[in-house]
Parts: sequence; C-alpha cells; structure tokens
Amino acid sequence: MCLGIPLYVVEINGKEAYGELNGVRRKIRVDLIKDLKIGDYVMVHAGFAIEIMKEEQAKDTLKIFEELEELV
Amino acid sequence: MKKLEETISLSFGNGGEKTSKLIEQIILPAIGNDALNLLGDGAILNTAGAIAFSTDSFVIYPLVFPGGDIGKLSVCGTVNDLLMCGSIPKFLSLSFIIEEGYSFKELKKIMASINNAAAEAGVKIVTGDTKVVDKGHGHGLYINTAGIGERIQGVELGKNRISVGDKVIVSGNVGNHGISILCARENFIDSTIESDCAVLNEVVLAILKYGTEVKLLRDPTRGGVATTLNEFTEGMDYSIELIENDIPIDLTVKTACDLLGLDPLYSANEGKVLAVVSESIAASLIEDLEKLKLGKDAAIIGEVVSYVEGKVILKTNLGGKRILDKLNNDILPRIC
Amino acid sequence: MKLEDKELLDNIKLLNQYKGIVNIMEVCGTHTVAISKSGLRQALPTNINLIAGPGCPVCVTPDIYLDYVYELALKDDIIIVTYGDMIRVPGSQPEHTLEKAKSRGAEVKIVYSSIDALQIAKQNPNKKVVFLGIGFETTAPATAIAIIEAEKLNIDNFYIISMHKIVEPVMRALLEDEELSIDGFICPGHVAVIIGEKGFKFLEKYNSIGVIAGFEPGNIAKALVEIIHSKETSDYVLKNVYSKLVRKERNLIAKGIINKVFKIENDIWRGLGLIENSGLKLREEYDRFNIESIFPVNYGSNEKNKACQCGDVLKGKIRPNQCKLFGETCTPDYPIGPCMVSGEGSCAAYYRYNF
Repeated sequence: MCLGIPLYVVEINGKEAYGELNGVRRKIRVDLIKDLKIGDYVMVHAGFAIEIMKEEQAKDTLKIFEELEELV
Repeated sequence: MKKLEETISLSFGNGGEKTSKLIEQIILPAIGNDALNLLGDGAILNTAGAIAFSTDSFVIYPLVFPGGDIGKLSVCGTVNDLLMCGSIPKFLSLSFIIEEGYSFKELKKIMASINNAAAEAGVKIVTGDTKVVDKGHGHGLYINTAGIGERIQGVELGKNRISVGDKVIVSGNVGNHGISILCARENFIDSTIESDCAVLNEVVLAILKYGTEVKLLRDPTRGGVATTLNEFTEGMDYSIELIENDIPIDLTVKTACDLLGLDPLYSANEGKVLAVVSESIAASLIEDLEKLKLGKDAAIIGEVVSYVEGKVILKTNLGGKRILDKLNNDILPRIC
Repeated sequence: MKLEDKELLDNIKLLNQYKGIVNIMEVCGTHTVAISKSGLRQALPTNINLIAGPGCPVCVTPDIYLDYVYELALKDDIIIVTYGDMIRVPGSQPEHTLEKAKSRGAEVKIVYSSIDALQIAKQNPNKKVVFLGIGFETTAPATAIAIIEAEKLNIDNFYIISMHKIVEPVMRALLEDEELSIDGFICPGHVAVIIGEKGFKFLEKYNSIGVIAGFEPGNIAKALVEIIHSKETSDYVLKNVYSKLVRKERNLIAKGIINKVFKIENDIWRGLGLIENSGLKLREEYDRFNIESIFPVNYGSNEKNKACQCGDVLKGKIRPNQCKLFGETCTPDYPIGPCMVSGEGSCAAYYRYNF
C-alpha cells in the first residue's frame, strides 16, 4: 500500500509536474503538495507526490541509488 | 511494374500474382540471396558435420520498440538460440503472418531490420512463407524463424556437466528488454528504456574459446534471469546461489522497476548470455568479455552450490538468503 | 562502508543480542515484502517474532467485491482499469480473477496511476470505464482526485468502485482482541505521510508501542530497535524514525480531498469480517461516478473455502506455515486465499522468500 520512490521535480504546470530520477521521467500529480518548486524532491506513490523531501534527506536516499551504480 | 498499393489485403496471401509481387518487390530486394532467389519449396543446403536446429515465434507488441522491432527480434531470437546450443548460425527460414491492412511502408522497414540483423549474425535466409489473415487477427504481424547452425567442435553443453563450485556469469546488465517493451506498450513512464535486442555471436564465441570449461549457456529471455536459472537447477542435485550485489543492472532500469514495483530479475533479456563455467577460468573470461561491445558489463553473479537441491538462492546485501522462484505471473505495476 | 550500512549492521547486531521474546506486527504489506526481500527477516534471531498484519489492501478485499468485479469485467460495455496488484486475486472461486476474465474476452487494463484511468475513459467514450479503488490512506487521495478531475472535465463514462479502507480501525480491532499479544507495531510510513504522527497517537491509549518507519531495511531495523527499547523501558509514546518524510500533522490537502469525495462507513475485511467505520465509500454527490449505483453489489453471503485460514494469518494468530493448506494445497501457483495470491500477502512472502 506504500510503494514509492523519490523523484526530482523538473517541470511544474499547475497540478501536473514532471519528475525524474536516473533517466526515468514520469508525469506526476502534485495536488497534495504545497509550495512546490522546481528542484524539489518528492516521494511519489501511484503517480502522486505525497510529500516534499528535505534536500539533505533526499540526497541520503539518492546516495543509495548512486552507490548501487558504483557497485554494479 | 505496376506500383503496389499502400496496404496489404487478403489477396496478397493467396499464392497468386499478388503474392509474387510481394515477394519480388518487398522481400527479395531486402534479403535476397542465391538460395532464396530460387524461390523453391525448400532450400538445399550443405553443412559441415552435426547441426543444431531451433525455432521461435515472435508475437511481440508493439511491433516497433526502442532498440529494435519484431524483425530484428525474429533474427536475434533464433540466432541466439543456435549460439546457446554451441553452434555457428548459418541458415534461417522466415515466415510471416500478416494482418490485412498492414502497411507496405512498415513492412519494408521490418525487412530492412531483418536484413541488418541477418548480416550482422552472418546468416542467410534461405526459405520462407507469407500468409495474410483477416483484419482483427495477427496484431499487425507475427513472425516465425527457424534456424540451422553448425556444431562447434570441442564444446559440450548440458545441465549434467555442471559441478559444484562452477561460476555463473552474465554478459551484461539485466532486465532491459522486458521493461522496455512494457513501458513502450503501456506508457507507464515518459522516458524511453531501450531493449538490449542483439545478436550474440561475438560474445558466445569468446565464451566458447574456453572449450569444455564451459558447461551451459542460455539467453535469459522470457521470465528473466531468475526463471532461466531455475531451468538450470530444476530436477538437479545442485542449486545456484546468486550474490545480489554482483548482479549488473542498469541504474535507469532499476529506478523504473522501483517506481513501478517490478523486479528486473524477472524481466526478459534479448541480448544477454548466462553461462555456467569452471571456476578456474571465470575471471579470465570476464576480462575477455569486458573488451567486447556487448560484454563490457559482464560479471560473475554466483556459483553452483550443494547445500540445497534444485533451487536458485539469492544472497541479499544483508547476507540473508531467499529463494528465487520461476516467474509465475506477469510483472505488472503495483501500489504495494 | 556507507554510514547507513554501518548503522544497519550495528542495529542488526543489537537485535541479535536481545534475548527476550517480542511480538512485533508490521501492519503494511509493503513492509512485509521489504523485510523479506532484503533478507532482514533471516538476519534476526527467532525470539523476535515479526508478524505480518492486515495492511495489504489486496489481501483484505472481500470475496464479494472480487466476484462482483469479475462479473462486471465480462459485460460487453465495460473496461476494468486497475493497479497490477489486483489482476490475479481470486474471489469465492479460483476462476473469478481479472486475469481469467481477460482470457474470456473481458477488457482489463493495468495502470500505474488513477489519472491514467481517466485517459482510458477519454479514449473509449462508448464504454463504461471502471477504476478499482483499492488501498489505504496513501492511495485514497489518488482515486478522489481522479473523480474530481472527471467531474471538472465532464467525463461521463468514468466510474469507480471504492474498496478503500483506513488503518486505524483495523489496528484497534487487533488491539481489542484478547487472543492476540502484540508488543509493538511497525506503522506504515507512507500512510503516516498522509495522516501524520497524530494519526497513530491512538496507540498510546492502548499502551501499545508504535514506531513509524519507512521501507529501507536500515529504517526498518532502526524501528525494531526502538520497539524493543520501548518495551524494555515501558515507554508507550509513539516514535517516528521516518521523520524525513512524516510530520507531526496530517497532510491537510489530502484530508480535504478525501473528505470531499468519501464518507466513512462500516466495511467488510476478508478474513476479519465487519469492522465499523473502516471503509471509504463515495459520497452521494458523486453517485454518478459510483458503478455500484448502476450495478449494485450483492452483499449476501457466499461460499468460501472453510479450510482457508487467511483470517488468522492476517490477525497474526498463526504464521503462514502454520496454516494447514500452506505450501501443499495453497501455493503461489494455485492460491486459495488472498494471503497467498497477493505478492505482498504474508503467505506469498513467506513462501517466496523464507528459506
């Protein structure tokens, strides 16, 4: 009931936005987020951003992805 | 010569004048050769020694996807199967089932792909067939290819050759094709992931240079790496233990899988080899593969173990172990 | 070694030093899978009992809805649109799955997002497009927003069936069951994003330990350490180790959207029976989007396999491998009950990952 990953917001058009991570780009809805800015990271579940991640924490999560790349 | 219409109608499959037009104006110009041009009921061929024979049918949708199309796939699929048998692919048959209304323009592109792939694999298409079916059947185009390869000397491949201690190798990043097709068909994401569809002659020949130190080869197509490795262990007294950390996965593929709730180990590959080889040559083989375009991400991903029978075990990053079953349902996006 | 990895390994070492017996329930199906898939379950000592709970929306959707959706799918003018989780779940008969319906000619489409379902409705104006609303508070807003959009855009062939449920009532039902002894709960991190820490504060009134956790093994292990520490110190204050995302307060926008579209009603949970005020159903103002107003659900009793013990598994009364049907009659290939058919179901997770 809770599957989600962080995406980096690259474009915002009202309630729609585009999020990206590691070459994956997906249109998302941002109805649930207040004061979203381009460059924010959001946790995305079923195509909806459910919360903004604070930058340091987003970087922590992303580190896990980056280090995966180093490992492989 | 009268100009062909734009789309294929049923009469192009009736064996008469229109069928001849289809062959002469679309098929032969793309893939013709001395054998095929004879247009006999079959081809008379010379081969050296024992042969391998394989067939596969292709019903993929969409017909054109990032990294290839059904034409390229139909050549790669059978060529790679022949290579996995330890043979050099030589000849293919090519059969089309075309849905009424399919465009000639599209068919020409498919033919060009077939020609390119065949040239790269060094195979000749020597015989074939064309049928046309009513609109509503055939999903545009279905293809069957069958192939003959000449057995390579000094190579013996089979499950019964596998011993405890052997290493499991993959030639590169896993899961690309399955995820690519799923996303191309269903638009689950807005970026593209390319299929890895490719002929594997160079990679397989590099592996088979090690002769009898190579125990088994397979390309992990439907069901992915996990399902294919289960085929290696099913009914045997050994198991395969994989190290999760060592399995090469493209970061974009992994991220798409994380987003959608999919598992790359169960996603099809159309340009990768799984090999079970003697421990003594594993490291050297990886070095050889890394020099090849299609082997640069090759890795040792596991080994053959005896502490349990007939299973595929994954050792996680935490050191825990879990069983990797065969695929029993399609990979689909989840919310949980 | 990464800092997170070191912390994770330190926590696992700590957990292995603990000698007491503790029963911890992971409420959320995504936690069950994360614990199994990461190998965390195997890394823990046997005196720490991790019990999979009823937070798997697929597992707790009752037979009547699944039979209903199966019948609906077979109607000529209906397209069923759903998340992938639902496609193989059987109703009262093994044949009553959407996968089987598809093989019988039904139109069934899988989507990643409820908004994609709206697109399908736009592209198929001559069909009734029915979106299956499943999930807890994390996913309910997605369904609600799709309906609000459908209303705004005048899409008159878009329908939903709401099978959404909320977490608090089922956790209360477990806490009020005298047969159960659960020392602490791992609370679902993304539900907590929507309902806030406040949404789980009710646990304190039961003197039940609760720790809100995310889904990476490091965060889960940290939650386990917190639960055990709280048990040892009799500290029943709710904890949150997922504070990078979970705030004290709920997401007010989500709350507003859920309240606008849904009302809370009694609901049936597969294996658990009726739980009061636990389901989200469409408000009357949105009746025209409710497929139940055209094709009512038959809420009468139905046949079910009496040997199926999914209810006891969902409540944590028995482990999956203690069910008489587990592994022999009931397997992922031939599932009897929802706990086996859903990839997040405790039995499926147990079967696949436990070794």
